[in-house]
Amino acid sequence: MLSILRTLWYVFLHSFRKRITVQYPEEKPYLAPRFRGRIILSRDPDGGERCVACNLCAVACPVGCIALQATEDEKGRRYPEFFRINFSRCIFCGYCEEACPTYAIQLTPDFEMGEFHRKNLVYEKEDLLIDGPGKYPDYNFWRIAGVTIGGKDKGEAAHEEGPVDVHTLLP
Amino acid sequence: MTSPHPILSILGVVIVAMSIAAFLIWVERRLLALWQDRYGPNRVGPFGLLQVLADSIKIFMKEDWIPPFVDIPVFILAPAIVFVTVLMSFAVLPVAPGIIVSDLNVGLLFFLAMSSLGVYSVVLAGWSSNSKYALVGGLRAAAQMLSYEVFMGLSLMGVVLLAGSFSLPAIVQAQKKIWFVIPQFPGFVLFLIAGLAETRRIPFDLPEAESELVAGYHSEYSGMKFGMFFVGEYMGVTLISSMIAVLFFGGWLGPVLPGLVWFFLKMFFFIAFFVLVRAALPRPRFDQLMSWGWKVMLPLALINLLATGAAVLAWR
Repeated sequence: MLSILRTLWYVFLHSFRKRITVQYPEEKPYLAPRFRGRIILSRDPDGGERCVACNLCAVACPVGCIALQATEDEKGRRYPEFFRINFSRCIFCGYCEEACPTYAIQLTPDFEMGEFHRKNLVYEKEDLLIDGPGKYPDYNFWRIAGVTIGGKDKGEAAHEEGPVDVHTLLP
Repeated sequence: MTSPHPILSILGVVIVAMSIAAFLIWVERRLLALWQDRYGPNRVGPFGLLQVLADSIKIFMKEDWIPPFVDIPVFILAPAIVFVTVLMSFAVLPVAPGIIVSDLNVGLLFFLAMSSLGVYSVVLAGWSSNSKYALVGGLRAAAQMLSYEVFMGLSLMGVVLLAGSFSLPAIVQAQKKIWFVIPQFPGFVLFLIAGLAETRRIPFDLPEAESELVAGYHSEYSGMKFGMFFVGEYMGVTLISSMIAVLFFGGWLGPVLPGLVWFFLKMFFFIAFFVLVRAALPRPRFDQLMSWGWKVMLPLALINLLATGAAVLAWR
């Protein structure tokens, strides 16, 4: 009997507690920098697309919401011809970001992407591509990778030595 | 104070009772939210007050579906009974001096009779639904309400002994000196518990225990027929709260403020208490409920009646 009265009293004391609800549209919740929200494609510091269309994100995606087609430009630099994410499928798990070898695909702290028509949730490359480098401001894949592309020969990448002429190694 | 025309007071009581019951849906959700550190409905209209309107529009628009396996006339009748019996009880409720539909000299007995008739609604709903969950719910309701009605009546007899009348306005007038909650405290506690059981609210909501019986006796109901049960429950809460105010807390009596304000203050206090009980207490097992009713509450009510009777006899 006493425990019932005590329970009633403890519950009544909750009248004076702070309410934990966040009044969402007026009051925005805090989103951590690593929050997994809307997916973007970032660019190199020098403005080129980071994505090399390796398909690793599409393979890692557990729901298969990423579709892309690889192609090459005249310099020999790989890039996606189209890059499509169906956000009505996406579960925002972040595996694509983990899989990406060039930091191109990134998740951002933004979840407000409601639409009235489901088709509008299919984002094309021009919707995904942003102007900046995202979370990694100094990273530039093509300046680090030892791959030859137009305008950059072997040995010209950062922290890279030129190719060794194997004939000079002969005894 | 002159009484208003009977038709006016009947209309007034019906409209006020029904709007309070509808408004209670919002009150209950907001209060439950307050005690669970949430906000509850606060979007539709000022403070979410129009939520009730939105809900009722929705429930009126719902398909009024009657399952093919039910006993149709009884199935339709059952939700009407709960509504009618509760509304009939409001007829003897003295809101303020002169504001009463009918000052019966057996008003209290009329209230008890009407609340007993309310059992039929639940039992018939459970029976006519022809489904096992509804039937079990109806059976539970019958057993529970019968056993809690016994000491509900007995707990009020102390008040009748003190006031010397069954008429509710006379009972209120008899509390001019002292509210009956003080000499009749055990009776008040017993009536509060019986009232909770009578309205089938949370610690005693075994007839509609959603974790065991889907929705109990109204499992098969939908649309406005379900709405009738729903509003009927809230009207029952209003009725029991007003009865507690009238029988134990001096009804409209109180200093400074007019009687009507005092009555509604007291009523809303007990409505809030009912919601607090719902927010705080779990549901007992059914055998616990029955043995609590027959082995604890009934003897207590009898002892209370005996003691009150002896005291009244000795006083004279």
